[in-house]
Amino acid sequence: MIRAKVYVTLKKGVLDPQGETVRGALETLGFAGVKDVRVGKFMVVTLNEVSREEASRRVDQMCKKLLANPVIEDYRFELEEG
Amino acid sequence: MRFGIIVFPGSNCELDCQWVLEKVLGQQADLIWHTEKELKDYDCLILPGGFAHGDYLRTGAIARFSPVMKAVERYAEDGGLILGICNGFQVLCEAGLLPGALLRNTSLAFICRHVHVRVENTATPFTTACRPGQVLRVPINHNEGRYYADPETLRQLNEKGQVIFRYATAGGETTDGANPNGSLDNIAGICNERRNVLGLMPHPERAAESLLGSTSGLLLFESIVRSGRAASPMFR
Repeated sequence: MIRAKVYVTLKKGVLDPQGETVRGALETLGFAGVKDVRVGKFMVVTLNEVSREEASRRVDQMCKKLLANPVIEDYRFELEEG
Repeated sequence: MRFGIIVFPGSNCELDCQWVLEKVLGQQADLIWHTEKELKDYDCLILPGGFAHGDYLRTGAIARFSPVMKAVERYAEDGGLILGICNGFQVLCEAGLLPGALLRNTSLAFICRHVHVRVENTATPFTTACRPGQVLRVPINHNEGRYYADPETLRQLNEKGQVIFRYATAGGETTDGANPNGSLDNIAGICNERRNVLGLMPHPERAAESLLGSTSGLLLFESIVRSGRAASPMFR
Protein backbone atom coordinates (compact mmCIF):
# COMPACT_ATOMS: atom_id res chain seq x y z
CA MET A 1 0.00 0.00 0.00
CA ILE A 2 1.25 3.47 -0.86
CA ARG A 3 -0.09 6.71 0.52
CA ALA A 4 0.34 9.88 -1.51
CA LYS A 5 0.14 13.17 0.33
CA VAL A 6 -0.94 15.74 -2.25
CA TYR A 7 -0.54 19.47 -1.65
CA VAL A 8 -2.41 21.88 -3.93
CA THR A 9 -1.80 25.62 -3.65
CA LEU A 10 -2.78 28.69 -5.62
CA LYS A 11 -0.08 29.76 -8.06
CA LYS A 12 2.21 32.60 -7.18
CA GLY A 13 0.56 35.76 -8.47
CA VAL A 14 -2.99 34.46 -7.98
CA LEU A 15 -4.62 36.52 -5.23
CA ASP A 16 -5.55 34.46 -2.17
CA PRO A 17 -8.00 36.56 -0.11
CA GLN A 18 -8.46 33.73 2.38
CA GLY A 19 -4.73 33.56 3.05
CA GLU A 20 -4.63 37.34 3.39
CA THR A 21 -7.48 37.23 5.94
CA VAL A 22 -5.67 34.56 7.96
CA ARG A 23 -2.48 36.64 7.86
CA GLY A 24 -4.42 39.63 9.21
CA ALA A 25 -5.91 37.49 11.99
CA LEU A 26 -2.45 36.23 12.99
CA GLU A 27 -1.26 39.81 13.16
CA THR A 28 -4.24 40.73 15.35
CA LEU A 29 -3.31 37.86 17.68
CA GLY A 30 0.13 39.38 18.10
CA PHE A 31 2.16 37.05 15.88
CA ALA A 32 4.65 39.51 14.50
CA GLY A 33 6.62 39.04 11.31
CA VAL A 34 4.15 36.94 9.32
CA LYS A 35 4.94 38.02 5.79
CA ASP A 36 2.42 35.95 3.88
CA VAL A 37 -0.11 33.12 4.31
CA ARG A 38 -1.37 30.95 1.45
CA VAL A 39 -4.30 28.60 2.04
CA GLY A 40 -4.28 25.40 0.02
CA LYS A 41 -5.66 21.88 -0.08
CA PHE A 42 -4.21 18.69 1.36
CA MET A 43 -5.35 15.31 0.09
CA VAL A 44 -4.27 11.79 1.04
CA VAL A 45 -4.63 9.27 -1.78
CA THR A 46 -4.08 5.62 -0.84
CA LEU A 47 -3.16 3.21 -3.61
CA ASN A 48 -3.28 -0.59 -3.66
CA GLU A 49 -0.37 -2.78 -4.64
CA VAL A 50 1.66 -0.64 -6.96
CA SER A 51 5.37 0.05 -7.20
CA ARG A 52 6.67 3.41 -6.07
CA GLU A 53 7.42 4.41 -9.67
CA GLU A 54 3.95 3.42 -10.83
CA ALA A 55 2.35 5.25 -7.88
CA SER A 56 4.34 8.38 -8.68
CA ARG A 57 3.30 8.24 -12.32
CA ARG A 58 -0.38 7.69 -11.49
CA VAL A 59 -0.62 10.39 -8.81
CA ASP A 60 1.04 12.86 -11.15
CA GLN A 61 -1.63 12.09 -13.77
CA MET A 62 -4.38 12.42 -11.14
CA CYS A 63 -3.07 15.85 -10.20
CA LYS A 64 -2.85 17.00 -13.80
CA LYS A 65 -6.28 15.70 -14.73
CA LEU A 66 -8.41 16.40 -11.66
CA LEU A 67 -6.82 17.19 -8.31
CA ALA A 68 -5.31 20.51 -9.42
CA ASN A 69 -6.31 23.05 -12.06
CA PRO A 70 -3.09 24.08 -13.82
CA VAL A 71 -4.60 27.46 -14.75
CA ILE A 72 -4.64 28.58 -11.11
CA GLU A 73 -2.91 25.94 -8.99
CA ASP A 74 0.44 24.23 -8.39
CA TYR A 75 0.76 20.81 -6.85
CA ARG A 76 3.36 18.56 -5.28
CA PHE A 77 3.13 15.20 -3.54
CA GLU A 78 5.06 12.86 -1.26
CA LEU A 79 4.78 9.07 -1.24
CA GLU A 80 4.75 6.96 1.92
CA GLU A 81 4.84 3.17 2.02
CA GLY A 82 3.05 0.85 4.44
CA MET B 1 -35.44 26.41 -32.06
CA ARG B 2 -34.66 23.39 -29.95
CA PHE B 3 -32.62 24.07 -26.83
CA GLY B 4 -30.99 21.41 -24.65
CA ILE B 5 -30.41 22.24 -21.00
CA ILE B 6 -27.79 20.02 -19.34
CA VAL B 7 -28.72 19.00 -15.81
CA PHE B 8 -26.03 17.79 -13.40
CA PRO B 9 -26.72 16.50 -9.90
CA GLY B 10 -26.82 19.80 -8.02
CA SER B 11 -27.83 22.05 -10.92
CA ASN B 12 -30.66 24.31 -9.77
CA CYS B 13 -31.38 26.90 -12.48
CA GLU B 14 -32.47 24.53 -15.26
CA LEU B 15 -36.19 25.13 -14.72
CA ASP B 16 -35.75 28.91 -14.78
CA CYS B 17 -33.97 28.60 -18.13
CA GLN B 18 -36.64 26.25 -19.45
CA TRP B 19 -39.39 28.61 -18.29
CA VAL B 20 -37.87 31.59 -20.10
CA LEU B 21 -37.25 29.67 -23.31
CA GLU B 22 -40.64 27.96 -23.44
CA LYS B 23 -43.08 30.31 -21.71
CA VAL B 24 -41.53 33.67 -22.54
CA LEU B 25 -39.97 32.98 -25.94
CA GLY B 26 -42.08 30.07 -27.21
CA GLN B 27 -39.12 27.80 -28.01
CA GLN B 28 -38.62 24.12 -27.27
CA ALA B 29 -36.29 23.43 -24.33
CA ASP B 30 -35.49 19.87 -23.20
CA LEU B 31 -33.76 18.92 -19.97
CA ILE B 32 -30.81 16.56 -20.54
CA TRP B 33 -29.53 14.46 -17.64
CA HIS B 34 -25.75 14.43 -17.27
CA THR B 35 -25.41 10.71 -18.00
CA GLU B 36 -26.60 11.17 -21.59
CA LYS B 37 -23.92 10.27 -24.13
CA GLU B 38 -25.47 11.50 -27.37
CA LEU B 39 -26.84 14.95 -28.13
CA LYS B 40 -28.98 15.03 -31.22
CA ASP B 41 -30.61 17.86 -33.14
CA TYR B 42 -30.14 20.65 -30.66
CA ASP B 43 -29.69 24.21 -31.92
CA CYS B 44 -28.19 25.43 -28.66
CA LEU B 45 -27.03 23.88 -25.38
CA ILE B 46 -27.29 25.59 -22.01
CA LEU B 47 -25.24 24.69 -18.94
CA PRO B 48 -27.29 26.22 -16.13
CA GLY B 49 -26.35 27.54 -12.72
CA GLY B 50 -26.24 25.61 -9.48
CA PHE B 51 -23.72 23.50 -7.62
CA ALA B 52 -22.98 20.61 -9.97
CA HIS B 53 -21.67 17.61 -8.02
CA GLY B 54 -21.70 19.80 -4.91
CA ASP B 55 -18.86 21.93 -6.32
CA TYR B 56 -16.58 19.45 -4.55
CA LEU B 57 -12.83 19.93 -5.04
CA ARG B 58 -13.36 23.01 -7.27
CA THR B 59 -16.45 24.45 -8.93
CA GLY B 60 -17.09 22.44 -12.09
CA ALA B 61 -14.14 20.09 -11.50
CA ILE B 62 -16.22 16.91 -11.22
CA ALA B 63 -19.04 17.98 -13.56
CA ARG B 64 -16.47 18.48 -16.28
CA PHE B 65 -16.03 14.67 -16.36
CA SER B 66 -19.75 13.84 -16.40
CA PRO B 67 -20.54 11.44 -19.28
CA VAL B 68 -22.48 14.12 -21.20
CA MET B 69 -19.43 16.39 -21.37
CA LYS B 70 -17.73 14.36 -24.12
CA ALA B 71 -20.76 15.01 -26.31
CA VAL B 72 -20.78 18.67 -25.24
CA GLU B 73 -17.13 18.96 -26.33
CA ARG B 74 -17.89 17.38 -29.72
CA TYR B 75 -20.86 19.72 -30.08
CA ALA B 76 -18.58 22.71 -29.46
CA GLU B 77 -16.03 21.41 -31.99
CA ASP B 78 -18.81 21.15 -34.57
CA GLY B 79 -19.60 24.82 -34.04
CA GLY B 80 -22.78 24.37 -31.99
CA LEU B 81 -23.87 27.17 -29.67
CA ILE B 82 -23.22 26.66 -25.97
CA LEU B 83 -24.21 29.09 -23.22
CA GLY B 84 -22.80 28.55 -19.71
CA ILE B 85 -24.47 30.49 -16.93
CA CYS B 86 -22.75 30.89 -13.54
CA ASN B 87 -21.90 27.30 -12.52
CA GLY B 88 -22.20 26.44 -16.22
CA PHE B 89 -19.48 29.02 -16.94
CA GLN B 90 -17.29 27.41 -14.26
CA VAL B 91 -17.83 23.97 -15.84
CA LEU B 92 -16.90 25.28 -19.32
CA CYS B 93 -13.65 26.76 -17.93
CA GLU B 94 -12.76 23.51 -16.13
CA ALA B 95 -13.47 21.61 -19.36
CA GLY B 96 -11.11 23.90 -21.26
CA LEU B 97 -13.89 25.03 -23.61
CA LEU B 98 -13.27 28.55 -22.33
CA PRO B 99 -9.94 29.94 -21.10
CA GLY B 100 -9.21 30.96 -17.50
CA ALA B 101 -10.84 30.02 -14.22
CA LEU B 102 -13.24 31.37 -11.60
CA LEU B 103 -11.90 31.88 -8.11
CA ARG B 104 -13.42 32.74 -4.77
CA ASN B 105 -14.80 36.30 -4.57
CA THR B 106 -12.21 38.73 -3.17
CA SER B 107 -14.64 39.65 -0.37
CA LEU B 108 -14.89 35.94 0.61
CA ALA B 109 -18.66 36.50 0.72
CA PHE B 110 -21.39 34.82 -1.31
CA ILE B 111 -22.91 37.64 -3.37
CA CYS B 112 -26.56 37.66 -4.42
CA ARG B 113 -27.75 40.94 -5.93
CA HIS B 114 -28.43 42.79 -9.15
CA VAL B 115 -25.42 44.27 -10.92
CA HIS B 116 -24.84 46.11 -14.17
CA VAL B 117 -22.79 44.69 -17.02
CA ARG B 118 -21.73 46.47 -20.19
CA VAL B 119 -21.98 44.65 -23.52
CA GLU B 120 -18.49 44.75 -25.06
CA ASN B 121 -19.10 42.91 -28.31
CA THR B 122 -22.38 42.53 -30.19
CA ALA B 123 -20.85 40.47 -33.01
CA THR B 124 -21.54 37.12 -31.34
CA PRO B 125 -24.57 34.81 -31.68
CA PHE B 126 -25.37 35.63 -28.03
CA THR B 127 -25.43 39.42 -28.24
CA THR B 128 -26.79 40.47 -31.64
CA ALA B 129 -29.96 41.85 -30.02
CA CYS B 130 -27.89 44.20 -27.82
CA ARG B 131 -26.56 47.62 -28.70
CA PRO B 132 -22.77 48.12 -28.45
CA GLY B 133 -22.01 49.41 -24.96
CA GLN B 134 -25.53 48.69 -23.73
CA VAL B 135 -25.78 48.30 -19.97
CA LEU B 136 -27.77 45.30 -18.75
CA ARG B 137 -29.18 44.92 -15.24
CA VAL B 138 -28.84 41.29 -14.21
CA PRO B 139 -28.49 39.39 -10.94
CA ILE B 140 -25.37 37.56 -9.78
CA ASN B 141 -25.52 34.74 -7.25
CA HIS B 142 -22.13 33.22 -6.57
CA ASN B 143 -19.24 32.55 -4.22
CA GLU B 144 -16.62 31.83 -6.90
CA GLY B 145 -17.01 34.46 -9.60
CA ARG B 146 -13.61 36.13 -9.69
CA TYR B 147 -12.46 35.65 -13.25
CA TYR B 148 -8.76 34.89 -13.59
CA ALA B 149 -6.53 34.22 -16.58
CA ASP B 150 -2.77 34.52 -16.94
CA PRO B 151 -1.55 37.85 -18.44
CA GLU B 152 -0.98 36.42 -21.93
CA THR B 153 -4.46 34.83 -22.08
CA LEU B 154 -6.00 38.04 -20.78
CA ARG B 155 -4.22 40.07 -23.45
CA GLN B 156 -5.52 37.74 -26.18
CA LEU B 157 -9.09 37.84 -24.82
CA ASN B 158 -9.04 41.64 -24.94
CA GLU B 159 -7.37 41.82 -28.35
CA LYS B 160 -9.64 39.31 -30.02
CA GLY B 161 -12.84 40.79 -28.66
CA GLN B 162 -13.62 37.74 -26.54
CA VAL B 163 -14.60 39.74 -23.46
CA ILE B 164 -18.35 40.04 -23.95
CA PHE B 165 -19.55 41.49 -20.64
CA ARG B 166 -17.82 43.67 -18.04
CA TYR B 167 -19.15 44.73 -14.64
CA ALA B 168 -19.94 48.44 -14.86
CA THR B 169 -21.85 51.24 -13.20
CA ALA B 170 -25.42 51.95 -14.30
CA GLY B 171 -23.86 54.59 -16.54
CA GLY B 172 -21.59 52.03 -18.18
CA GLU B 173 -18.26 52.84 -16.51
CA THR B 174 -16.10 49.85 -15.65
CA THR B 175 -14.88 51.12 -12.28
CA ASP B 176 -13.35 49.10 -9.41
CA GLY B 177 -16.43 49.95 -7.36
CA ALA B 178 -18.67 48.31 -9.96
CA ASN B 179 -16.64 45.09 -9.81
CA PRO B 180 -18.44 42.86 -7.29
CA ASN B 181 -15.99 39.98 -7.01
CA GLY B 182 -12.50 41.10 -7.99
CA SER B 183 -12.60 39.74 -11.56
CA LEU B 184 -9.63 40.78 -13.69
CA ASP B 185 -10.50 43.73 -15.95
CA ASN B 186 -14.10 43.63 -14.57
CA ILE B 187 -14.76 40.53 -16.70
CA ALA B 188 -18.28 39.11 -16.25
CA GLY B 189 -18.49 36.99 -19.41
CA ILE B 190 -16.25 35.73 -22.21
CA CYS B 191 -16.54 33.66 -25.38
CA ASN B 192 -14.11 31.37 -27.20
CA GLU B 193 -12.20 32.54 -30.25
CA ARG B 194 -14.73 30.93 -32.59
CA ARG B 195 -17.55 32.74 -30.74
CA ASN B 196 -19.83 29.71 -30.42
CA VAL B 197 -19.23 29.12 -26.68
CA LEU B 198 -20.07 31.82 -24.15
CA GLY B 199 -19.90 31.82 -20.36
CA LEU B 200 -21.05 34.49 -17.93
CA MET B 201 -21.48 34.74 -14.18
CA PRO B 202 -24.73 36.80 -14.11
CA HIS B 203 -28.07 35.03 -14.55
CA PRO B 204 -29.89 36.36 -17.65
CA GLU B 205 -32.73 33.85 -17.06
CA ARG B 206 -33.57 35.65 -13.81
CA ALA B 207 -33.92 38.97 -15.63
CA ALA B 208 -36.28 37.99 -18.40
CA GLU B 209 -39.68 39.16 -17.14
CA SER B 210 -40.66 42.59 -15.85
CA LEU B 211 -42.23 40.91 -12.81
CA LEU B 212 -38.70 40.05 -11.71
CA GLY B 213 -37.47 43.61 -11.95
CA SER B 214 -35.51 43.51 -15.20
CA THR B 215 -35.90 42.15 -18.71
CA SER B 216 -32.41 42.85 -20.01
CA GLY B 217 -31.37 39.21 -19.67
CA LEU B 218 -33.91 38.33 -22.32
CA LEU B 219 -31.67 39.98 -24.92
CA LEU B 220 -29.23 37.06 -24.71
CA PHE B 221 -31.87 34.45 -25.41
CA GLU B 222 -33.44 36.58 -28.15
CA SER B 223 -29.99 36.93 -29.76
CA ILE B 224 -29.57 33.15 -29.78
CA VAL B 225 -32.99 32.61 -31.33
CA ARG B 226 -32.20 35.22 -33.95
CA SER B 227 -28.80 33.60 -34.72
CA GLY B 228 -30.37 30.17 -34.83
CA ARG B 229 -32.90 31.26 -37.43
CA ALA B 230 -30.15 32.72 -39.58
CA ALA B 231 -27.82 29.74 -39.36
CA SER B 232 -29.97 26.71 -38.73
CA PRO B 233 -28.74 23.45 -40.31
CA MET B 234 -25.10 24.15 -39.62
CA PHE B 235 -25.66 23.98 -35.89
CA ARG B 236 -26.80 20.41 -35.71
